[in-house]
Amino acid sequence: MGRNPRIKLPDTIKAGEVIEVKTVITHVMETGNRHDKNGQRIPRDIINTFIAKFEGHEVFRAEFGPGISANPYLAFEMRVPGPGTMEITWIDDHGASITATAPVNVA
Amino acid sequence: MPDRIAISILSRRTFVASGVAAFTMTPLIARADGSPKATSEPSQEFKDVFAKLVGAATPVDGRIAVDLPETADNGNFVPITIAVDSPMTEADHVTAIHLLSTANPHAHVATFHLSPVNAIARVQSRMRLAKTQDVIVLATLSGGDMLISTTRVQVAIGGCGI
Repeated sequence: MGRNPRIKLPDTIKAGEVIEVKTVITHVMETGNRHDKNGQRIPRDIINTFIAKFEGHEVFRAEFGPGISANPYLAFEMRVPGPGTMEITWIDDHGASITATAPVNVA
Repeated sequence: MPDRIAISILSRRTFVASGVAAFTMTPLIARADGSPKATSEPSQEFKDVFAKLVGAATPVDGRIAVDLPETADNGNFVPITIAVDSPMTEADHVTAIHLLSTANPHAHVATFHLSPVNAIARVQSRMRLAKTQDVIVLATLSGGDMLISTTRVQVAIGGCGI
């Protein structure tokens, strides 16, 4: 599974403001088309699902194919209704998942 | 802040209108059938995925600003920003943005699901491009209509083993 998931939010946020949520995770995103030096195909291993929740409600979701680069970076926009917690989950081909959270501090 | 976003979308739209429109005005399928402009033939997988996503809709060219480099030095790592001109209200918003590649081994690069809470229909990521090809973006609107954008990217060194 991936490691070192990161969520970047603006330092200061006002209620009702639209912010950009930037995310990245360390992962090889192995396409399944490459071969090792012995000619053996390296099995596909990608993060295929990305889910973002704010205060438990889904605010954004993405499905990735092998065409997304290694260490997948994703940024999306969101209107912040008020303070809360951003929770982002990455799920890989094996069904393993990793979740990161970040406080949304509203000034 | 919203003003700045509007301006940046506008400038990208102007760019699309001036630079890419001449290219995208030719219907995709016509080019797929062997126009001299197509240096990389769209894959059969692309045609299948495209047909499945579009269904009975007729995608309209426009309202999507796609920021991609004209030339990608490294096809493993191509930054992309997609912005759809949409009010993102309950009545009228983008529900999905589909990112497709015409000449990668896997045509369906990603799908992003949006709702009015996003307020601005814009996503950024990084994609792989195996070789010079068209990148197709489809946007599904809440009313069922679809938008399309086509961007040609020259790839110097293809994404290894994509």
